[in-house]
Amino acid sequence: MSEIERHHYDVVVIGAGGAGLRAAIEARELGKRTAVVCKSLFGKAHTVMAEGGIAASMGNANPRDSWQVHFRDTMRGGKFLNNWRMAELHAKEAPQRVWELETYGALFDRTKDGKISQRNFGGHEYPRLAHVGDRTGLELIRTLQQKIVSLQQDDFAQHGDYEANLKVFAECTITDLLTDADAVSGAFGYWRETGRFVRFDAPAVVLATGGIGKAFKVTSNSWEYTGDGHALALRCGAALINMEFVQFHPTGMVWPPSVKGILVTESVRGDGGVLRNSENKRFMFDYIPEVFKDQYATSEQEADRWYDDPEHNRRPPELLPRDEVARAINSEVKAGRGSPHGGVLLDVSTRLSAEVIRKRLPSMYHQFKELADVDITAEPMEVGPTCHYVMGGVQVEPDTAAASVRGLFAAGEVAGGMHGSNRLGGNSLSDLLVFGRRAGLGAATYVDSLGARRPTVRETDVDAAAQRAISPFRAEHSADAENPYLLQQELQQTMNDLVGIIRTADEIQLALKKLDGLRQRAQHVVVEGHRQFNPGWHLALDLRNLLAVSECVARAALERTESRGGHTRDDYPAMDADWRHVLLVCSQHTNGSVRVEHQEQVPMRADLSGLFELDELKKYFTADELPGGTD
Amino acid sequence: MGKQRHFRVWRGDSDGGDLVDFDVEVNEGEVVLDVIHRVQATQAPDLAVRWNCKAGKCGSCSAEINGRPRLLCMTRMSTLPPQLPVTITPLRTFPVIRDLVTDVSYNYRKAREVRSFMPPKGVEPGEYRMQQVDVERSQEFRKCIECFLCQNTCHVIRDHEENKGNFSGPRFLMRIAELDMHPLDAADEEGVDRKRAAQDEHGLGFCNITKCCTEVCPEHIKITDNALIPMKERVVDLRFDPLIRLFRRNQK
Repeated sequence: MSEIERHHYDVVVIGAGGAGLRAAIEARELGKRTAVVCKSLFGKAHTVMAEGGIAASMGNANPRDSWQVHFRDTMRGGKFLNNWRMAELHAKEAPQRVWELETYGALFDRTKDGKISQRNFGGHEYPRLAHVGDRTGLELIRTLQQKIVSLQQDDFAQHGDYEANLKVFAECTITDLLTDADAVSGAFGYWRETGRFVRFDAPAVVLATGGIGKAFKVTSNSWEYTGDGHALALRCGAALINMEFVQFHPTGMVWPPSVKGILVTESVRGDGGVLRNSENKRFMFDYIPEVFKDQYATSEQEADRWYDDPEHNRRPPELLPRDEVARAINSEVKAGRGSPHGGVLLDVSTRLSAEVIRKRLPSMYHQFKELADVDITAEPMEVGPTCHYVMGGVQVEPDTAAASVRGLFAAGEVAGGMHGSNRLGGNSLSDLLVFGRRAGLGAATYVDSLGARRPTVRETDVDAAAQRAISPFRAEHSADAENPYLLQQELQQTMNDLVGIIRTADEIQLALKKLDGLRQRAQHVVVEGHRQFNPGWHLALDLRNLLAVSECVARAALERTESRGGHTRDDYPAMDADWRHVLLVCSQHTNGSVRVEHQEQVPMRADLSGLFELDELKKYFTADELPGGTD
Repeated sequence: MGKQRHFRVWRGDSDGGDLVDFDVEVNEGEVVLDVIHRVQATQAPDLAVRWNCKAGKCGSCSAEINGRPRLLCMTRMSTLPPQLPVTITPLRTFPVIRDLVTDVSYNYRKAREVRSFMPPKGVEPGEYRMQQVDVERSQEFRKCIECFLCQNTCHVIRDHEENKGNFSGPRFLMRIAELDMHPLDAADEEGVDRKRAAQDEHGLGFCNITKCCTEVCPEHIKITDNALIPMKERVVDLRFDPLIRLFRRNQK
């Protein structure tokens, strides 16, 4: 094999979304030579699609907000399955991370007194989301991208080389992590443009690859979301947790078919949009669950008053956490009360003027006008659930973002724990910033601790990774050759139909059987053409990751015999306190099959559980777990 | 089900290439990118195209559709003339890598040459105060999704490779305007004159305000009117710019 391009770095960050860029900034500022490797062009990561905002208890809109309130909301949203330490760090550090963005040049919408404006969102007690219209993710990614450029300009001034200490490897895909005696030693990948291989020798790798949405047919996620980081972690021996919890965003577009799944931001509801069924009924009042019934309005009149007088009225049920709203829409459609194209109606035109809608929701206005011929200032949108986010991910140390494999770190959607069984809107962008920074810090600290004793890359591992990567080009499979695009479509259909928003044991078992068949067939994937920018080949390699994460989702979903957050079992419809303190941990056998084990959660620290009323804790905890329980 | 449509897609690499014909099914409501994906899945699995979000938010799938610079994901099939073939070619201003994928590294080089935001000294994080009316001007420019359609269409560089060294294009001149209008940017205090840099280092003078960039912007940013012209007007020695004088006369 020809000589493989080789680079040496202290820290390699895989992924250039919010978490990856924030990690890279931190590592570079701590003096580490840092590489950012991403599948797309720089600045195109999935973070750009985030719309609503960044949750942080700055208290600009309501001074009663605080980290404690944000912490409580996050735990409630996740049905108390969250890693409480991550939720605590997140709630405490989010404001600092948002303010820091302003020093990088970010321009958020403002309050009258010139502070950062904050908007309402599902599950957040106070207006909490820093935002820029409905394009907050774009602002976040551009701001971090420009901060990276700024650091590169510093290096240019000092060394005459923009890339002396921080380089972005764009359109470069990592296919394998390299390890040496259970510690990370580097990463192997290929340049999409040329198909040439590249290896990175580095003692620390930060996974920031986002989620797995492309395992489902109807999704708001972009092509990149093939579970790469989840699968890379699994294959090098790290564990994934909470993989059964997949968030279906309640409002994706449903018509026309080609745009099915594209996100309709929760800000539409935060700013006053209401959900109605085909009988013109605001059906969400029928779906307020027992655990939330004290916090939500029970009449339309009260809900309507809340927008102007939140102190004396309860919130409209359209602003329940996403899992609740998605299930409600699903039920309405199943009961035959759906809209013409199988969704429900989301209407903001009755409450806000056309001018205000265009100002506050410009990209929604644009999106519906251009893609669906719908004018949202005058008529309702048709919306339905779409796969949006995976709560599950790499199990990490909360404070350092370190995975169980030494030298491996994970932040953002690829990390698990923070959001428990369901993520609140707005908590993703803040998660990226808080734990992106902590992962960069954790990686830098780890590199320092190694001194000169760095793990080394084994040449045989590099050769094996290269062989694996070119295997779809081998011609000998031609008799039973499989098309990667068709395999991906079958996989997406399987997960959508059988491990989707509502699950049963029979269907999940059928899915596992189908996944097994797909995995066999995937070994016979053949791609045409050559290695230069060949999407068929790229997909063939991504398929391996999609299959691995899909199996994790299905196996964990089969194991958890209760319904909670982003995991709804029709055959076990109730939430079960005996399951709250159990994490399902996925790992991979050497033969590639997935193992699921139970792990006890660490009990919540007393000062944190003390933030809740005992009556509320009783809804989630077993008697033994309650403060002063029969321990 | 869908109708058959005739597509002509440019395929090739830096050594050259040609339009290749495809007959492909098109269904109600589809955009051009849906059809390109169908060609990939059923006829040409190695057809190279960039895309990410398929929702008009990331600016990856820029190409030329029947000669017009567009986003593939935001161009509905129903908006194209039904009787004619649909011709898809790569962005012309940038070197072809393969098929519809071009080498846009010029843009990233230029991005790096614009001096970054300079935070005001002595203002702590959390203490930034700005009025909405003051941030709105820069916010318009920050809607940019970096699809580079404006760069592609700008005639200063579209057929003039030789100008690329001295001209950063509408996207990055707009970036300078954005920073220049940022209420808290401390460039002045740091002794950096952004307007002069726009003129001397980034080739603002090349722009003769034909507004082609504004016309193709999928975010409908008024690049020429709101970014480039105000900056030209504020360049200290504007009275020596004959185009500005011409433009002003025409306005009267």
